[in-house]
Order: sequence, then C-alpha cells, then structure tokens
Amino acid sequence: MATRSVVPFGPQHPVLPEPIHLDLVLEDEKVVEAIPSIGFIHRGLEKLVEKKDFNEMVYVAERTCGICSFGHGYGYVDAVEHIMNIEVPERAQYLRTILFEMSRLHSHLLWLGLLADAFGFESLFMDTWRIREQILNMFEEATGGRVIFSINKIGGLRKDIPNEMLLSFVDRLDGIEKETRVAAKSFLEDSAVKSRLCGVGILTAKEAEELGCCGPMLRASGIRRDTRELGYGAYDDLDLHITTSNKGDSYARTEVRLGEIFQSIDLIKQAVKKIPDGPFDTPVKGFPNGEYMSRIEQPRGEACYYVKANGTKFVTRMRIRTPTFANIPALTKILQGCDMADVPIMIVTIDPCISCTER
Amino acid sequence: MGAINYTGKVLKNLFSKPSTKRYPEEPIKFTDRTRGHIENDMDKCVLCGVCQMRCPTGAIKVSKSEGTWAISPFSCIQCSACVDGCPKKCLSMEHEYQEPGNEKITKVFDLTEAQKERLAEQARIAAEKAAAAKAALAAKKAAEENGQNT
Ligand code: SF4
Ligand code: SF4
Repeated sequence: MATRSVVPFGPQHPVLPEPIHLDLVLEDEKVVEAIPSIGFIHRGLEKLVEKKDFNEMVYVAERTCGICSFGHGYGYVDAVEHIMNIEVPERAQYLRTILFEMSRLHSHLLWLGLLADAFGFESLFMDTWRIREQILNMFEEATGGRVIFSINKIGGLRKDIPNEMLLSFVDRLDGIEKETRVAAKSFLEDSAVKSRLCGVGILTAKEAEELGCCGPMLRASGIRRDTRELGYGAYDDLDLHITTSNKGDSYARTEVRLGEIFQSIDLIKQAVKKIPDGPFDTPVKGFPNGEYMSRIEQPRGEACYYVKANGTKFVTRMRIRTPTFANIPALTKILQGCDMADVPIMIVTIDPCISCTER
Repeated sequence: MGAINYTGKVLKNLFSKPSTKRYPEEPIKFTDRTRGHIENDMDKCVLCGVCQMRCPTGAIKVSKSEGTWAISPFSCIQCSACVDGCPKKCLSMEHEYQEPGNEKITKVFDLTEAQKERLAEQARIAAEKAAAAKAALAAKKAAEENGQNT
C-alpha cells in the first residue's frame, strides 16, 4: 500500500473564490478521502432579525450572497408575503421572474468563467465574463445596482421596469445568446477541454439522490427535479423545459448549466411577451404573524427560507438553507478517487458559494 | 473542431477594440437609476428625522438643536429607503459613487441661512399658536369657574 499523506487545501487557494477548507487524504496522486470544514466567513445574518424589522430584513437577506442576491431577497419576501396573506400583483410576479432568470444567467456565466479559469483556458474565461458584463449593465439600468439590487419589498417591487426597457433587454439577450453559443462550442467540443471534464467526478443518480444534492448537480446526474416546477412567481404561466443529462460527470454539469442559460433566455423572452400592465406593488398593513417555509430554485439549486413571526415588528426566526450546503456531501463523494490535479475542477463544478452556506 | 472555433475568436479579438473602458480617460456612463451616493438639499430639509428612522443601517443622524443633517457614507448601503421616505423630497440619490477614503468620514450638512430663518419663522408661528391656544383654554376654564361660582 502506498503511503498516505494529508494535504490541506484552502481556505486560501487561487482556484477558490471563497474560503472552504479541505483536508485531502492522498495515496500517491489519488485522493482517497476529503474532509471539508467550513466556518471561515460566518456573518450571523440570521441573528440580525432581532435588530432589523421585517421590512429592513429584505436588505439583509439580499446580502446573503453577492451572486444570488436577487433570489435571497425574493425567498425571504415570498415567505413573509405568504405569512401575511398578501396578494402580490401579477406584474410584480412577472418582473421578479424576469430579474430572477437574469440572475441565473449571470450566475451561470460567472461559473463558466470560473470553470474555464480552473482548467486553464484564460481567454475563454475572459470571454464569458465579458458576456456576463452586459447582464450586469442591464441590472444597473433596471434597478440601479449591479450586484445588490434593493428592488424587492414586501408586497411587490420598489420600482417598475418599463416595458420599453424590457424590450431592449430582449434585444440585447439575442446578442448574448449568439455570443454564448460560440463560447458553448468551446466548452462542449474542444478536445482539450473535454479531456479535463469527461468522465471526471462521476456522481450516479442514486448517489446524488442519497446525498441530497440539488440544482444542476442533481440534474446532471439524470434526475429531473427543479423547484421552479412548483409554479411560484410567473413560472406557472411559462413554458419550462428542464435540462438534464445522464452522464453525471463534470462535462454533464457544464452541459446542464449551458442548457439552463439558453432556457433562461427563453423564459425571459416568454415573460416579456406575456407581462401584464398594472400595479407593481401593493400596500402592506400590520405585522406578520405565523410561519412559512418558501422554496425557490436558485442558480445553484433549491434554497429554502423559513420565517417565523409573532405579530411584532421583528421576525422571531429566519433560517436559510442554501444549495451549496446540500451539495458539499456530494463534493466529498466525487473527490474520492480523483487525481490531485483535478481537485480544483471538482470543487468548481459544484458551483460552491461558501458565503451563503455560512450566512 | 473546438480549437478552430476559438481561433476565429482570437483573430477577431486581435483586430477589434478592447471590451474594457479606458477609465479614467473615458468616463463611466451612469444609468438613470444608478445608485451612487446620497445628497441632501439643505434649503428644503426640515430636520424631521424620518430619514434617520427609515435608514436600516443607522447611517443618518439628524440634530434639530444644532441644525445639522449628517451621514456616514461608509455605513450607507445605497438602499434609497431614506429618499423614498423623505416628506420634503430634499434627499436625492446621486449617480457618482461615493469617493473612496482612508478613514470612515461623516459628512455634515448645515441648514442654509434662508432655511434656518424659514424654520425659525415657522417655529415662532407654531409657538404663538400654541400660546394663543393655551390662553384661550385658560380663559375658557376661568369662564367656567366664574359660571360655577355665580
Ligand atoms: S426626511 Fe427629509 S426633511 Fe426630514 S430630516 Fe430627512 S432629509 Fe430632512
Ligand atoms: S440609502 Fe439607505 S443606508 Fe443609505 S442613508 Fe439612505 S436609508 Fe440609509
């Protein structure tokens, strides 16, 4: 038997956008076990419910993550709206869906860039991020912020997005789609890229199910499950095609996320076509009393928001279960048996977002 | 195949303009909704303190006694809650970003002289009204007492 050695990986590592620490037990070049530890950037956002009232909490919830900021605000607001039985106007539902899909687009494009960076394709990395920049510009036009939008509020949105602006977004999305198709070819057909991705880090459907994976990770293992099918927001009225793949390897995860980019563009176009005119917000009276758990599909997978309130200004408990938290067990599974050189790619393929895992 | 696909792209990039802006030579274009930093028109502010109450981060401090309105820009999260809440519409969200700094400064705005006079005038009128109301109340009470005595 070869001698075993333990190599610490992270929390500061060039490939990691955020701090996670892994103890890699190696046998020669092969990883036999990976022991993760988190807790480097715990911020205690959930505890802040004791200090910020339920309206101000929207801003805190948004700051859970810089990439899925819209989704986190949305999840919290959705939970409070259910507790207070607020009927959100349909236009607001559509606008939220559009912004949410745009978040998915920029998140997946960011991920593609990180992946290209991890396998050493610098110009592809720059290219995907250049494409992503256009989406950030659109966000700035629509909400005033590029990363944190502060546009959600309980009962609807704080600002309307005019129809002309939405139509101009659709025009620009056509360009983005074209550019992404070119980049997608490099991800899916380039032989050098394929040699880094195909057959690496295989997660079978059974393992994915047992380890409680979610999001693209689960769908790349051949399980068709997507929280958007629950029909929250405007998803009920839109035609949703869920991308899955049966291969379960890193290539499949790339394929699924690329598929989701095109599907998001399609969803935005459908939503802009169907969006009704009317109010975009509804007045809110009183304080929430009760509890609710809302589930939404973030770019990284299913996220749950639990809110409990007792009829006062302050919510008594808020809890967020983020998708990366559910995908870390799968990460330790796919790392077993892979080469040391593939570890960075493995970590990137689960699309880790550590700051939201630790909140 | 993939390599050929990318070669085209590389050649195109060689002969096209860079995607990045040559900042600061080429200024940034802000959108109409860009949230940069908060400014206060002290000619309209009445120091009511609504903005201080609305601010989720406690960045605003309003002092009626000193006639000042202060903001710590490094605590501000550019949420616009104060702008939405201000009854006099004197707060505005400017497009330029808050300039960076070495220390966490506080920007203090003083009321303009004209606004100070206006507020003093209003306070005087309000005080006169209150005094008149008080006098009327006292007179009424006295009249009632007189009525009871007779
Ligand atoms: S809410 Fe407006 S008027 Fe009142 S103190 Fe603030 S800035 Fe001044
Ligand atoms: S923008 Fe938000 S954080 Fe900044 S001063 Fe206004 S209310 Fe406070």
